[in-house]
Amino acid sequence: MKWHRVCTAAALPPEYGVAALLGEDGAAVFRTAGDGLFAVGNVDPFSGAGVISRGIVGDRDGEPTVSSPMHKHVFSLRTGTCLDEPSVALPTYPVRYRGGDVEVGLT
Amino acid sequence: MTRTLVVVGHGMVGHRLIETLRSRDESGSWHVVVLGEEAHPAYDRVGLSSYLDGKTAADLSLVSQEFHTDPRVELRLNTGAAAIDRRNRTVTTTDGAVLGYDALVLATGSRPFVPPVPGHDLPGCHVYRTLDDLDVIREQATPDRPGVVVGGGLLGLEAANALHTLGMTTHVVEMAPRLMPLQVDEGGGHVLNRLIGDLGLHVHPGAATETIHADREGRVDAVTLSDGTRLDTDMVVFSAGVRPRDELADAAGLERGQRGGFLVDDRCRTGDAAIWAVGECAAVEGRCYGLVAPGYSMAETVCEQLLDLGDARFPGADMSTKLKLLGVDVASFGDAHAATDGALEVVYANNAAGTYAKLVLSDDARVLLGGVLVGDAGAYATLRPLVNRELPSSPEQLLLPAGGGVSTGALPDDAVVCSCNNVSKADITGVIDAQQAADVAGLKTCTKAGTSCGSCVPMLENLLTERGVSVSKALCEHFTQSRAELFEVIKATGITSFSELVTRYGSGRGCDLCKPVVASILASLGSPHILDDEQAGLQDTNDRFLANMQRNGTYSVVPRVPAGEITPEKLIVLGQVARRYGLYTKITGGQRVDLFGARVEQLPEIWRELVEAGFESGHAYGKALRTVKSCVGTDWCRYGVQDSVTMAIRLELRYRGLRAPHKIKAGVSGCARECAEARSKDFGVIATEQGWNLYVGGNGGFNPRHAELLAADLDEERLMVLIDRFLMFYVRTADRLQRTSAWIESLEGGLQHLRSVVVEDSLGIAADLESAMDEHTRDYTDEWSGVLNDPEKLSRFVSFVNAPETPDPTIRFTEQRGQIRPAPVELPVPTVRTDQEVSA
Ligand SMILES: Cc1cc2nc3c(=O)[nH]c(=O)nc-3n(C[C@H](O)[C@H](O)[C@H](O)COP(=O)(O)OP(=O)(O)OC[C@H]3O[C@@H](n4cnc5c(N)ncnc54)[C@H](O)[C@@H]3O)c2cc1C
Repeated sequence: MKWHRVCTAAALPPEYGVAALLGEDGAAVFRTAGDGLFAVGNVDPFSGAGVISRGIVGDRDGEPTVSSPMHKHVFSLRTGTCLDEPSVALPTYPVRYRGGDVEVGLT
Repeated sequence: MTRTLVVVGHGMVGHRLIETLRSRDESGSWHVVVLGEEAHPAYDRVGLSSYLDGKTAADLSLVSQEFHTDPRVELRLNTGAAAIDRRNRTVTTTDGAVLGYDALVLATGSRPFVPPVPGHDLPGCHVYRTLDDLDVIREQATPDRPGVVVGGGLLGLEAANALHTLGMTTHVVEMAPRLMPLQVDEGGGHVLNRLIGDLGLHVHPGAATETIHADREGRVDAVTLSDGTRLDTDMVVFSAGVRPRDELADAAGLERGQRGGFLVDDRCRTGDAAIWAVGECAAVEGRCYGLVAPGYSMAETVCEQLLDLGDARFPGADMSTKLKLLGVDVASFGDAHAATDGALEVVYANNAAGTYAKLVLSDDARVLLGGVLVGDAGAYATLRPLVNRELPSSPEQLLLPAGGGVSTGALPDDAVVCSCNNVSKADITGVIDAQQAADVAGLKTCTKAGTSCGSCVPMLENLLTERGVSVSKALCEHFTQSRAELFEVIKATGITSFSELVTRYGSGRGCDLCKPVVASILASLGSPHILDDEQAGLQDTNDRFLANMQRNGTYSVVPRVPAGEITPEKLIVLGQVARRYGLYTKITGGQRVDLFGARVEQLPEIWRELVEAGFESGHAYGKALRTVKSCVGTDWCRYGVQDSVTMAIRLELRYRGLRAPHKIKAGVSGCARECAEARSKDFGVIATEQGWNLYVGGNGGFNPRHAELLAADLDEERLMVLIDRFLMFYVRTADRLQRTSAWIESLEGGLQHLRSVVVEDSLGIAADLESAMDEHTRDYTDEWSGVLNDPEKLSRFVSFVNAPETPDPTIRFTEQRGQIRPAPVELPVPTVRTDQEVSA
């Protein structure tokens, strides 16, 4: 696995997401309220549009989530699973802080 | 083989019969010809009085578009039936046509009874039954001049209410010693006389009308009563009962009931097996019914026979009534006059509060037989279904406010909850338990309960709660409060961030339901920019990028063009920008130009060009004021009576940027031709000779609804003040994603309540609402300029953080009719749930 720098930690405010050009169609990287970091695929599986990073971050029953802005499907940030339609899931990627930067790991 | 059904009379019952028949006649076995003597297709006669209170003939119409285009229904208006030839089975119309029939249904209704007193036919004497009658009354009514209504029954009081609404000094003459003698007993009548008198109406009980006098020109100018009183008056309205319209009977050799009406059996059939009668003109086993619900069950009975669906018989009728006249509740049900042998009466009268209630019980005081309620008819909905059943608790508990009334749980399953549409408790709980409906609106659609007089709606709510369907107002799992409650919390505490709010008043970290709501409330309460700090992460994607996301993740751009007025220079700029960025271009219904296909990273460049050319954000992306559409008005139009364009620009500039529970659309028309379609908008302004009429609560889209008149003939300043109050009240109290139309319907008291708050300031909040709007207008700044001048905000408009200029590879276009469109997506797209936002 190789780590790729995405942006500075300062460029990713809490409860916000950014898109990164990585892998096939890009990743969506989020920071939650407790400074947790999550990375999932950026393409909404229901529409094929690269919009997941622009979704609203929140939680459902304590599970950190993002809601796709296309049709409001809610995905778990931890597992990528769509909580409204559990047969559908986003890919997930390892992500970490490194020297003031945010990095995503790809195999 | 297709047979022909002729229906005589296109009134409420005739129409219901045809509607029911057409919805069930799957094989199309009947062709229907309906003759209507009036110029209007069937309308809601029960709601007739609202025609003087803002409703139009179109609002009252019962006829859908499908009905007009139904190839199996032929409607002939302005055409009466003149004669029936039973041997040859034909009907001759007043214009001489001869129509053959296989089945004939008479649905001719009633005519008002006019007592044959001298002078009864003078000019200035009217009846109160049709839209045409009301047109004449409205035209001749002069505010502050006297008017006399003859008859103090249910319809008489409706007519009196009408004259009162038209500003006349109103007298009611009633022969019996009290008002509404048929429905209300003596005690209730006295309370009613007093309540109506307190409202400024002059009640003359126990007096007959003796003579109507004319002035020198031969018009009505006074009435003398049997007790010698002489009342000067401009107008007399007779409302002294109705008589069935059975004038076709004699010549056709059809039998009549003793007190008139086409005599029919309990299947509503006359002596001729091919002829039926329904509604007020039918004397079912000799008895006529003057209410609409029995007419509807007659229609049902006849439909089943026409379609060979069974042997339904008219079940008899519930003559219970509840009405609110001049704000006074009156209800009577069952054996209101205690006519049953040995009946006991239990009466509670509170003279101070002006309420009267009576229950009629069986001789052992266990079974409810009927009752009368005056002043407060809150218990009606639960008491009426209990008639002829054992009382679930003591009479005191049922009637006294502290007793809490009856719970719907105490009702037996077969109790009729909606008597207008004959829907039982079991029908309703069945639908709830089968999860076909989870709210009142759903129940209305599935069962028709609550769709006529509406008095059972509180029971529908109770039934939902009792079956465990929570009508919780909680916004989402993070807040137990409703949107309106959160608004109050934020306003009172001055909290300015979501984090603080959710920590102090909610739980968890929020979601896509509560975050945009809080963002919108913060914006309404004057936060400087919707993308400041933490707020950016609360916004739905459209607000976050100040543009409208499309199906492939690109955005559309809609600059503000106030009132749809644009110079050629600016139009050229739009064309140049569209060409430079290769955007798909379309004109919108709100008189804007919409540019599609912009990628996130292009939005700032595009907007820099637009702002430089003098454009600003059009808020097409926001739950905010979208557009004020206008016609061309007096400047150019030959018919215009006011300058609609200037007005629309003024409104658009005042309310631009106002964040609301949902989008707001508006329109201004320069004359009654209404070319701006203002009545399909959240607020619509229509010019009159005297000023402007203000309509509110219109909607296109999923649930089309005409806006209703809030106030008439306003000058410009008053118009703005009322719109300020209306919009701010909506912003503060509506639910999430609730358009003004649904909001008004959800207000207890509906439009009336809204009018009292907005026009009469009944809550004393008008000044606060107005100053909030002044503040909004004063603090308005263009959201796009705010982004272009702020490097921090600008930095978020990138395709990828690590490759800001690289276009997203998933975005692909093809071409169609010389413009781009999103390329079809190759994925097998799973079924996608639709968003709640389906309204236009
Ligand atoms: C002001 C007012 C308030 C009311 N309030 C209530 C209420 O609160 N609750 C309630 O239950 N009821 C109420 N009613 C009564 C209710 O409107 C009637 O019961 C209902 O309209 C009866 O329907 P119908 O079809 O029998 O008659 P109508 O609705 O009167 O229709 C009969 C139609 O037949 C037409 N017609 C007659 N003769 C001919 C002919 N020869 N050829 C062709 N057409 C003909 C008439 O012009 C009329 O249009 C109210 C009535 C009025 C006027």
